[in-house]
Amino acid sequence: MRLRQRFYLVEVLVGLRVTAAHFFVNLGRHTAHYVFGRKDARGAVTVQYPEERRPYSLRLRSLHRLVRREDGSPRCVACMMCETVCPAHCIYIVAAEHPNPEIEKYPARFDIDLGKCVFCGYCVEACPEDAIRMDTGILEFSSYSRRGMIYTKETLLALEPAGPDGTPRSPIPIPADRTP
Amino acid sequence: MTPMLTDLGIAFGRVAFVMLFVLNMGGLLTWVERKQSAVMQDRIGANRASIFGLRLFGLFHPLADALKMLTKEDFLPARADRILFTLAPFVSVLFALVAFAAIPFGDVLQVGGREVPLQAVTLNAGILYVFAMLSLGVYGVMMAGWASANNYALLGGQRAAALMISAEVAIGASIMGVAMVYGSLDMMEIIRGQGRPLFGWLTWIPAWGIVTQPLAFVLFLTAGIAATKRIPFDFPEGESEIIGYFVEYSGMKFGMFMMADFVETVVIAGLTTALFLGGWQVPYLAADGFRFPWGAALTLARPTVVALGVLAFCLKVAMACWFLMLIRWTLPRFRYDQAMRLGWLGLFPLSILNVVVTGVVLLAWRSA
Repeated sequence: MRLRQRFYLVEVLVGLRVTAAHFFVNLGRHTAHYVFGRKDARGAVTVQYPEERRPYSLRLRSLHRLVRREDGSPRCVACMMCETVCPAHCIYIVAAEHPNPEIEKYPARFDIDLGKCVFCGYCVEACPEDAIRMDTGILEFSSYSRRGMIYTKETLLALEPAGPDGTPRSPIPIPADRTP
Repeated sequence: MTPMLTDLGIAFGRVAFVMLFVLNMGGLLTWVERKQSAVMQDRIGANRASIFGLRLFGLFHPLADALKMLTKEDFLPARADRILFTLAPFVSVLFALVAFAAIPFGDVLQVGGREVPLQAVTLNAGILYVFAMLSLGVYGVMMAGWASANNYALLGGQRAAALMISAEVAIGASIMGVAMVYGSLDMMEIIRGQGRPLFGWLTWIPAWGIVTQPLAFVLFLTAGIAATKRIPFDFPEGESEIIGYFVEYSGMKFGMFMMADFVETVVIAGLTTALFLGGWQVPYLAADGFRFPWGAALTLARPTVVALGVLAFCLKVAMACWFLMLIRWTLPRFRYDQAMRLGWLGLFPLSILNVVVTGVVLLAWRSA
């Protein structure tokens, strides 16, 4: 250590100068903001979530949705690819015969346990039909029970993709244990 | 009104002012701590506690804290000493609170033909009293550490005791320099002495302690911060290693230890103000109004002058608190051995040296 650093007091003053400068600059900006209504310089880097949100990236892997056909039925053909590839074993599919002979099967049940999901996105990559996507932009799903974290086919089908700035267009699904 | 009632009223008023000032400042400091640290670190700080949607920049957070602490479980460890364990936080807070009593917050005020010195208790050895009360504060901490029946708490209490001894010695020795310069142990006299101008061509500077005793100021401030047990001297707490003397405490008892720390900060700020920043002195304000060195003058009534003094004292204490907070949120923590070395090999010899040099200079000055 240099002598000046060993003496410490000078270094303390240097440090105090830095923090005091931050204090007074930020205080001036806050004053400009609150008293004079000028918001050109931010006094803090804080994003006041949830009133204020940063835009999500479009690549963000958020809550899954099941893509619909034109008639509203799921595009999924219950091939079990996603269920097989899922490292967290959080997808549960029950396949059933599709009435249309052109389409082999459809999912009678398609449950995702979001309490287990690790949001790796393998299910989206594995899907040969582009039937499952993670582009809803919804991140705030929570529940008071494990059961409430299981999202069913109907819930997942109703979801819309996020807008161009990444903000969700569907309301956050209400888990089963919170429905009145 | 009988004279006795008047006397009682005056005594009550003096105590009430100091008590309310210290307690409110202590409570406010929890808000200042949050907000000042936030502004220093480019953040906003706690602002969510609201009453009917009114947030007031987070001013309700101290209230919310108090509510939380009061409603939390008051835990008593199975093998703890019930009486001492309960007594410790009260002892801690009590000595922190009473220490402020000897610090004058204003000049002498005339009330109903009486001379009322504006301090809670008039003591002619006020410095010694404050010094003693600050030292006694460590009993609460040691008691807490010992009574908890927890090795980490004991370790914290022992660390606090070691820190307090090394800090108190430096505080006492650095205050001695001030007492020598102003020739009194009475706080009122010391502050009055700080109102006089400096000598020679420096008459435009008031003889505040920070000017006459700069080394003592630095030493006192360092040791004073150590006495508050806050960062950078918070190893009795040692959040990341031993949690410290209050591991076993919860609810409002823990809150009282927190409060003691904040009140001690106010006391140190008050002492710094009284001894080094001129106390209630306003520069160029004499007993009958402003007398500027360039000849201008502004005559003021006596009560106005006293009120200005009280205001100046409050402002100075607030500024000193701000500075203590600035230090607390800038410096990292000293290690135990580093703080001991700083106390015994740094502050203590330097403060003794300060006393010796001050004595020699004063002798030479008076014989010249």
